[in-house]
Amino acid sequence: MAYEGGVDRNKAERFRLGALPYLDDVYTLARYLLRNNADAEDAAQECYLRAFRHFETFRGGPIKPWLLAILRNVCRAEYARRSMLAATLSDDLDEAECASAGLWSETQSPEAETLQRLDGETVQRLIAQLPQAFREVIVLREVNDLSYREIADVTEVPVGTVMSRLARGRALLRAAWLAEEKGS
Amino acid sequence: MTCDEAEVMLHALIDDELDAGHTRDVEAHAATCARCAAQLAAYRDLQQAMQRNNLRYTAPASLRRSIDRVVPSPVTTSRRTLLKGFAIGSLASAAAASGLTLMVMREDQDKRILGEAVSAHLRSLQADHLTDVLSSDQHTVKPWFNGRIDLAPPVIDLTAQGFTLIGGRLDFIDGKPVAAIVYRRRVHVINLFVAQGIGTPVALPRLESVQGFNVRRWTDQGLNFLAISDLNRDELEEFAAKFERAAGPAGAT
Repeated sequence: MAYEGGVDRNKAERFRLGALPYLDDVYTLARYLLRNNADAEDAAQECYLRAFRHFETFRGGPIKPWLLAILRNVCRAEYARRSMLAATLSDDLDEAECASAGLWSETQSPEAETLQRLDGETVQRLIAQLPQAFREVIVLREVNDLSYREIADVTEVPVGTVMSRLARGRALLRAAWLAEEKGS
Repeated sequence: MTCDEAEVMLHALIDDELDAGHTRDVEAHAATCARCAAQLAAYRDLQQAMQRNNLRYTAPASLRRSIDRVVPSPVTTSRRTLLKGFAIGSLASAAAASGLTLMVMREDQDKRILGEAVSAHLRSLQADHLTDVLSSDQHTVKPWFNGRIDLAPPVIDLTAQGFTLIGGRLDFIDGKPVAAIVYRRRVHVINLFVAQGIGTPVALPRLESVQGFNVRRWTDQGLNFLAISDLNRDELEEFAAKFERAAGPAGAT
């Protein structure tokens, strides 16, 4: 049906005021999840299109997590299109990936050394190389600045899972950071 | 608290997610366990190192503009509101008089699409909204639509016939993406919207006048065309005729 709840001036204005300020947040998450500019732009645009279409279903509260949840669903559709769904979103595979990388066990006893400064682009690249499930919680926490509760809602897992993924994601990231320092 | 618990909880500590009681527990554990204390220091260090960098990406201006186009702006919504309101009112009465439903709905849809075409045309005339791909070369404009929309609109250079091709852009009418091909005649801009199924197919070409704009609609080879401009009726007819002739079976697209 074409009459989607009536596009009224109020709705459009509330949406503009509420949602448009978070475009950089949406684009940032899309860029980390999809790892290239063109796909991230398409996903962000699709996210806003869907968000506006379904704005009636938004039940108040902070709008940023709501937008990021929509964006994440758009990205999952994109993964499906790339036939990467099974490889990127399964916990088992993530664990296998980490075990085979040997990074998780290696970081059980982290050196207390202080990380050296890396430039922003390098850190962005290191984050982008993390397995999907860890990458998204790291970005939602450290870049999008969401609370654990909000991250749990966006990624549709319990808060406990968010915490363990963050712990492992940070372990992997720190290991990758140290490896980068030694390599450069 | 065990080391296993502390290992996860220390992240909640550095993220400021713990209440006072749990904070004390984790700190007490770290005070007596060198290994967990080292981890706490290591991840605090990581967090600080990350915060020293700007890890955000900035949405490109072109993305901002195309999203801007998707959401009706306050200027254009008032007109749309009127049309939508009208459409919904009629729809309700149509439901009552079910025999008339189909006809009334079509009329409503028709009005709404004309209204949206006018809105899209007006938006396109605002600064920076006219084209996403700026080129008078049909071989540049046509491929630009590949992958952006699931149809291949005919893009025809009519410069020799007095209508200059300016470029193309993606727009939205009735919630669906449409190809907009932009022409200019003297100071008048013509937006030619091409889509599958914007509105019902037009059996016979139609020229209408909406809010001071002339609109010419026709259907060809399964595609619906809608040309809109402030150009006078005769010249818009001339545009459509020349476009159709060039797009016909003999014309290269």
